[in-house]
Amino acid sequence: MPAPERSLVPTLVFLEHHGGEIQKGALGVLAKAASLGDAHGVIAGSGVAALAGKAHGAGKVWVADDPALDAPLPQPRVDVLEQVVKEGAYDSVLFAASVLAADVAAGLAARLDAGLNWDLVDIQERDGTLVGTRPALGDSVYVEVGWKSEPRLALIRSGTFEPVGGDAGEPEVAEVAVDLQDFSTKATMLEQAHEEQSGPSIEDADIVVAGGRGLGGPENFALVEELAKALGGAVAATRAVVDAGWYPYSTQVGQTGKSVSPKLYVACGISGAIQHKVGMQSSNVIVAINKDPNAPIFEFSDLGVVGDVHQIVPKLTELVRARKH
Amino acid sequence: MKVAVCVKEVPEAGAARRIDPQTRRLDRGGEGALNAFDANAVEAALRVKESEGDGEVVIVSLGPEGAMDSLRKALAMGADRALLVSDEAAVGSDLVATSRALAAALERESPDLVLFGQQSGDSDGAVLWAAVAERLSLPMVSQAAELELDGAKATVKRQTEFGYDRIEVPLPAVVAVSDAINEPRYPSLKGIMGAKSKPQALLALDEIGLSADLVGEAGSKTEVLALSDPPPRGESRKIEDDGTAAQQILDFLLEQKLV
Repeated sequence: MPAPERSLVPTLVFLEHHGGEIQKGALGVLAKAASLGDAHGVIAGSGVAALAGKAHGAGKVWVADDPALDAPLPQPRVDVLEQVVKEGAYDSVLFAASVLAADVAAGLAARLDAGLNWDLVDIQERDGTLVGTRPALGDSVYVEVGWKSEPRLALIRSGTFEPVGGDAGEPEVAEVAVDLQDFSTKATMLEQAHEEQSGPSIEDADIVVAGGRGLGGPENFALVEELAKALGGAVAATRAVVDAGWYPYSTQVGQTGKSVSPKLYVACGISGAIQHKVGMQSSNVIVAINKDPNAPIFEFSDLGVVGDVHQIVPKLTELVRARKH
Repeated sequence: MKVAVCVKEVPEAGAARRIDPQTRRLDRGGEGALNAFDANAVEAALRVKESEGDGEVVIVSLGPEGAMDSLRKALAMGADRALLVSDEAAVGSDLVATSRALAAALERESPDLVLFGQQSGDSDGAVLWAAVAERLSLPMVSQAAELELDGAKATVKRQTEFGYDRIEVPLPAVVAVSDAINEPRYPSLKGIMGAKSKPQALLALDEIGLSADLVGEAGSKTEVLALSDPPPRGESRKIEDDGTAAQQILDFLLEQKLV
């Protein structure tokens, strides 16, 4: 299919990586960029040359490989991106939202005095330029946003776009001669996070089963875990239960946790207050189980079940298992 | 030890928020309040001052004159001074323009530590600190769930999607705290009464060396083009468990081809 008639300038995509793989969110944004025209990627790290071949959809990948980039810290990446944007004369740089990407994108915005629009759920070409769409005010309104100059920087909401399937092909690889500012390397990583998790990470999972205060206590997370296992999904938690120490922060979904948009989100004992809602509202199908008939979650779930999670969840788990065997 | 805390006044929580279709900006006509997430940053600053034994906590903000009311809450909590950059020309500032204004105000203060809160309650932005740190050429760490100072350096426990990093950074530095870092104190009555007489300065653009074209809509590089309703969710069903809810859920999932 011929590339659409936009400017001949390719779009640059920041390819965050972790544990030897490019993050799924970044690959999704790369796929979207490839649908807008030519897409190029930039990978920064140490010992990352092999990742270029995993950048499905990229015609070219810039690789900044340097021990100083080993730790996933943002400021050195601003230096790398500035270099690449200038060398490649890019007019648009897209980021899949993450803790790291937000810091990089915003630092780059200030470095280049470039407009940054964040929390985008769509980005389209219009009249030779780009237009973004983002939810606002707790997802109650949609806003169309634009850029008044170039380069245009964008943070795309987690899980919005799917990666390209098939073979990666062989992108052209360009090495970046890494040159970092003094202040960029002043923050040092003493100890990097290691995540232990079983099953898919919640951002990548097609099915998420989440538990909230309505479970009653941490021991009842076992019910959520069993259902998740039966469905082949990941376990998530609300901010309230994470704060209470019932479940780890890495599973927190919401305003101050992760944003997920799986095919199915099962909310167990979750009221659906705005802080949680904004982290999962764009899930394809939402099933909510809560004993309070007035819980706000029933306003935006596809199937709302007023009832006792302690009864319903184990029964549902049994039925799912029986069905699958 | 001088700690600056960047804060923002946002529409009061619980107030119905709306974007003005004419200006395409958030309607800030109603009651304003200190951004809840910024209270964590103010609290963190006060604890730094307390553990150091001395120092100064300066609240810095960009906003309309009336925003000083919200900054006063930070003074009531125990901060020493408030600086509000306020200029008609700065209305509608995006990230590029806002970070420019804040950085200019902070530069005059030469703080040892600049703190930010988790995010802004109105634009849901979690980006300002990185832009300000860049403009000040200062090292920066975000998502701090713990912050310890030891002489001329800070150690941060940073929340990421993968767990916690431990990061060290020399001062002066910019640190954005996560809302998990502390429970902000409630101002005491004494604090509230005392806040009124603490120094509260309004800064015009020329006092921070900026011209009007560098802030506000003129100085912004992004714009709002249009507003619309979110896409509809489609039909939604609600049932009450009569003992068969689990089966009904399974049937629904099968129907949706999710099982």
